[in-house]
Amino acid sequence: MLARSNVSLIRPRSKLRLALGREANFGDLAFRRLTAVFAGSVVVLLVWMAIQMALASRLSLAHFGLGFITSSNWDPVRDQYGALPFIFGTVVSSLLALLISVPISLGIAIYLAELAHPKLRMPMGFLVELLAAVPSVVYGLWGIFALVPWLRETVEPFLGRTLGFLPFFQGPHQGFGMLAGGIILAIMITPTISSVCREVLRAVPAVLREGAIGLGATRWEVVRVAVLPYAKSGLVGAVILGLGRALGETMAITMVIGNRSEIAISLFAPSYTMASVIANEFTEATGELYLAALAEIGMLLFAVTVILNVLARLLVWRVGRLPEGGRL
Amino acid sequence: MVDPYLRRKVTDRVVRGACVLGTLIALVPLFSVLYYVVVQGIGGINLDFFTELPKPVGESGGGMGNALVGTLKLVGLAGLFGIPPGVLAGVYLAEFGEGKFAKVVRFSADVMSGVPSITVGIFVYSLVVVTTKQFSALAGGIALAILMLPMVTRTTEELLKLVPESLREAALGLGVPKWRATLRVMLRTAAPGIAVGVMLSVARVAGETAPLLFTAFNNRFWSTGINEPTASLPVNIYTNAVSPYEDWHRQAWAAALVLLITVLILNISARFLVRSRVRAR
Repeated sequence: MLARSNVSLIRPRSKLRLALGREANFGDLAFRRLTAVFAGSVVVLLVWMAIQMALASRLSLAHFGLGFITSSNWDPVRDQYGALPFIFGTVVSSLLALLISVPISLGIAIYLAELAHPKLRMPMGFLVELLAAVPSVVYGLWGIFALVPWLRETVEPFLGRTLGFLPFFQGPHQGFGMLAGGIILAIMITPTISSVCREVLRAVPAVLREGAIGLGATRWEVVRVAVLPYAKSGLVGAVILGLGRALGETMAITMVIGNRSEIAISLFAPSYTMASVIANEFTEATGELYLAALAEIGMLLFAVTVILNVLARLLVWRVGRLPEGGRL
Repeated sequence: MVDPYLRRKVTDRVVRGACVLGTLIALVPLFSVLYYVVVQGIGGINLDFFTELPKPVGESGGGMGNALVGTLKLVGLAGLFGIPPGVLAGVYLAEFGEGKFAKVVRFSADVMSGVPSITVGIFVYSLVVVTTKQFSALAGGIALAILMLPMVTRTTEELLKLVPESLREAALGLGVPKWRATLRVMLRTAAPGIAVGVMLSVARVAGETAPLLFTAFNNRFWSTGINEPTASLPVNIYTNAVSPYEDWHRQAWAAALVLLITVLILNISARFLVRSRVRAR
């Protein structure tokens, strides 16, 4: 009796096969394993990048320690490296970009998700997305020959006349500087922030809107009382994603920010960012400590953007899903 | 006392107007960039631009033939290294994507797409350029491939998930093993969409400059093979734009026009291809 129940019509699978996976078909097993290897390569690559960056900058890490981010003495001739001016430039230009971009991006997202005529939604959304398609270096070129002269001739004199009592708007009008950098970053992160915000708003359940409409709310009141509170964490996530992009943006800002490592309070003054100093000096860096110092700046950028991205995506995932496949 | 209803109505109008205004303001730079690039670039476009080498300072004329070929080479290498692994990783996420491991992969891909491209440049520099002791098209191609990988992975996954499950069931019902059903039925059905996604990622990396600065570097001459420093359109736009020479600026604008038109054509055609597919469904 016992013996009979053990006899199976199906050929028993070898222990080896069972250890490898649950598939009955060898092709299936191999296929799953093969694709898993490539999927794993994405994770491996990310971890590898982190390790490699740390290795490349270990000399500088050991030599300067924490002083690297608190010292503002960047002197390749004496082999002294402190990254504070670059950190300052990166942070201030990114915050300036957010200041300009967030209200506009929110307006775009609300317009495209809630207000726009259905026929206008597609083309307008597409045009905003095209802003993200323009290569960074083309923005830089446009920045040098169109934006900077305009800022120098028109905007900066105007700001100096009207708001000149504030320390942010004092000093000579050079065009190249923090203001130009902030504006060009704002242009470049607006499509990111607005498209994520738009997806977040779309993920808000229609019932909430209908409820508000049923109570007699106007279109804006629907957005304010029903949509925005629900979407809040996702919108914060979108802004953080935008910040991540702004911090790492390289070419356009390098071309317009003036590249002078000074910490100045005026927005008209030239500045320097972390990404710019890498772009400008990496190929010319002679000496291992110099290269390691530049690599350390890269590692800091890498670490900060990874943290911001993790944070942002967790926030956005709470509301709904991100637009698929897009590089954000 | 203002009628409260009127106040609400006015607020509504004002905010809606502000939203429209914001959208229009955001589009100003787009049109400004298009305008400048076309107006400044059109004069520099001629046959020489596509076939000649850049001329030394002081001589006018010349072109960016080497950079054009270089960009094609770099993007080709990036596609070679970036697309097949990306597609396979995407297949994994779509087909076996329930477990913890898949979650980690998905998250890593998303995080990786937010990593600054210049740090990818440093990574490839310390990995490839330092070991081979030279700047090369190979290194540049690898850097661009790393940027493409997460994009291709996520697009492939999303598009495979759109394929109706009934197609797979039909194939399995005919006794086809799962892996063949995936490759021959699912992947083939999703292929046009994936091609569009790949096109967009190509458009994206074709304009990347930062990771090429210290991987592919630059070259004033034609480069042969993939083991030499290689010129590319974006890097040339950068070096020409920051140079003080009028002639070089003209070349930069012309190169920007070529690059921008390519990128826009890729984006717009991708858009229309996707739309016609969505309509057909």
